[in-house]
Amino acid sequence: MRTRLSADEVVRAVGAVTDPEIPTLTIADLGIVRDVQVDVESSSVVVTITPTYSGCPAMEVIARDIVDVAADCGYAATVETSFSPPWTTDWITDRGRAALEELHIAPPGPREGPVPVPIGKAPDPGADRVICPRCGSTDTELITRFGTTACKALHRCRACGDPFDEFKAV
Amino acid sequence: MTGSPALHAPLVEALADDALIYAQRLGEWISRAPQIEEDMALGNIALDLLGRARSLYTLLGSLDGTGRCEDDYAYWRDEREFRHVHLPEIERGDFADEMTRLLLLSSLDVERYAALASCDDVALAGIAAKGSAESRYHRDHARLWVLRLGAGTRESHARMTAALVRVAPYVDELFTDTAAEQAGVDAGFGVLPSSLREPVLGFVSAILTEATLDDVPDAGWHSRGGRDGIHSEALGYLIAEMQHLTRSHPGATW
Repeated sequence: MRTRLSADEVVRAVGAVTDPEIPTLTIADLGIVRDVQVDVESSSVVVTITPTYSGCPAMEVIARDIVDVAADCGYAATVETSFSPPWTTDWITDRGRAALEELHIAPPGPREGPVPVPIGKAPDPGADRVICPRCGSTDTELITRFGTTACKALHRCRACGDPFDEFKAV
Repeated sequence: MTGSPALHAPLVEALADDALIYAQRLGEWISRAPQIEEDMALGNIALDLLGRARSLYTLLGSLDGTGRCEDDYAYWRDEREFRHVHLPEIERGDFADEMTRLLLLSSLDVERYAALASCDDVALAGIAAKGSAESRYHRDHARLWVLRLGAGTRESHARMTAALVRVAPYVDELFTDTAAEQAGVDAGFGVLPSSLREPVLGFVSAILTEATLDDVPDAGWHSRGGRDGIHSEALGYLIAEMQHLTRSHPGATW
């Protein structure tokens, strides 16, 4: 075990844990760290996180990584889960959105309000257009709402021809 | 009055069992769906429902005073102890049947979880807010398929029509109030399924109309009793598969 670091340092280290599926995105920027209580006296830290998508398997890896990082800082970590207030994609910081774009993942758009989904003639080619994170074109189309992971939808850019993921807004 | 753990427990159990059993059914489509994107979509929806069930069971363990964990509920209860309605348990049929079932169950979830998102149990409210948002995606997926199939070819239209006949007997049970739900609402907690009939079936009917399909037909009989633990033969096979590993090798890890 390394020398015990200061409370601020362990808070920073915990926040810098990255999403295993999106390695440029820290959990602080993902907006899932709700609370970090450091007790320097007992070398312990309680980290409260909130799940993103209900079925996201990355949450368990993230919890383990938090324990490992805290141990490297000289602290024993307990990870607790809180559902309230619920996480939404609005909790992703601007730096987090930039990190997604760096990986050519379109960041989430604005969330739907509490209005029912309108019954337009589907699929409406304009309704789901997102900006291509590779070339910036808006000439894109939705391939499937359920992409490679629970949080992503798959799109295709008609300008540069590349398929790309979109982080879905919830 | 704001309810109590004893009042909340049966309502949370019903929601959790609806989610778990449908997650297990939907998972059967992986590798069997009409296209690979659909394998992923139905797998993803199942994963959302499974995650929702896990959160609800964890909450339930504290509400019912037993301290049970999610695995205790999923793997160590027998048929009669499950409290879901019949619709999620019936056998996987045609793809059109599944899209009809998904449209109904996700429309119900959007409405009932939205209603619970403002309840005074903060843990349940948090799970419900997330659940309602996720179910919008599930519902929209079913909506797009029902439109494509209903307004598609003569074959797909006929299969959607047959699917509606097959699913119709299970619809009434979705909107039947139980004594526990009535007691909850009397104490100011929860939502009566009967109050959701109009918004849910109104939404579904509008989609069916747009898909050039007739409304959900009148059924000659109606399923009932799922919330009391009365189930069909199909559930036995489903939970046998779901529980086999845990019961054969208790405590197994990898």
